[in-house]
Amino acid sequence: MLVTILFYAFSAVLVGAALGVIVARNPVHAVLFLVLCFFNAAVLWLLIEAEFLAIVLVLVYVGAVMVLFLFVVMMLDINIEKLREGFARHAPLGALIALIVIVELYYVLWVRRLGVELPGSTAPLPDNHSNTAEIGAVLYTEYVYPFQLAAIVLLIAIVAAIALTMRRRAGIRVQDIARQVAARPEGRIRIVHMPVEREP
Amino acid sequence: MITLSHYLLLAGILFAIAVAGIFLNRRNVILLLMCIELMLLAVNFNFVAFSRFLGDLDGQVFVFFILTVAAAEAAIGLAILVVLFRQRQSINVEELDTMRG
Repeated sequence: MLVTILFYAFSAVLVGAALGVIVARNPVHAVLFLVLCFFNAAVLWLLIEAEFLAIVLVLVYVGAVMVLFLFVVMMLDINIEKLREGFARHAPLGALIALIVIVELYYVLWVRRLGVELPGSTAPLPDNHSNTAEIGAVLYTEYVYPFQLAAIVLLIAIVAAIALTMRRRAGIRVQDIARQVAARPEGRIRIVHMPVEREP
Repeated sequence: MITLSHYLLLAGILFAIAVAGIFLNRRNVILLLMCIELMLLAVNFNFVAFSRFLGDLDGQVFVFFILTVAAAEAAIGLAILVVLFRQRQSINVEELDTMRG
């Protein structure tokens, strides 16, 4: 019973925050609504005992990706009013399409139940059950190659992001490390032999 | 009693909101990226719910990989956005017509 109440409460906040993301005037508010969305999704995943992913969602998504979004939104000086042009014009179309999708999904998932015998609620897992250990057991054995591929994808993303945003501005003095390392004493000191000019 | 259908319908509503958001904010690239994140969240909801209610852990492993790829996508997308803003001083989708597409 408590789980049902929690499910509906967090679902309501989740849907409300998702609506906030798409109608917020200010992009910063939209990002903050999206953070709220992710927090509620994490709680809903906790309710079906997917603890590891819930924590990963908060750490990786809220902690890294959304902060990156927030950085970019605050860094760029965006003319909001110009970007909001046509919002009211497109609103009925967007609402109509969302409504069609929701009604169709409602019919398929709720009325027809996907046309198959869906499993009802499952028995709760035992107290000493560790979701993280179970995922780790599969991830490092059965999925070890996809896991390493994921690492390569992340590496490529790092390289691509740095390569895209790095720029060299003219007129700025920066260290040239290769030249510093290659420097030799002969290039820095020149010993000059001069005749003695005056007798002591 | 919460069943699989509850979670699937919730994910469906979330996905529909994200689709509507793409229609509403089709000038603002940042909001389009955020709507894509919402869609990915809805898809991950389906994976987690099916994984739990069918008793198969592979779905959760798949969500893990989706999160990885989504993080990479967000990083590269935002890097492209920053470069774009430096070049054009704007992130309006309708001004991005250099390639005459």
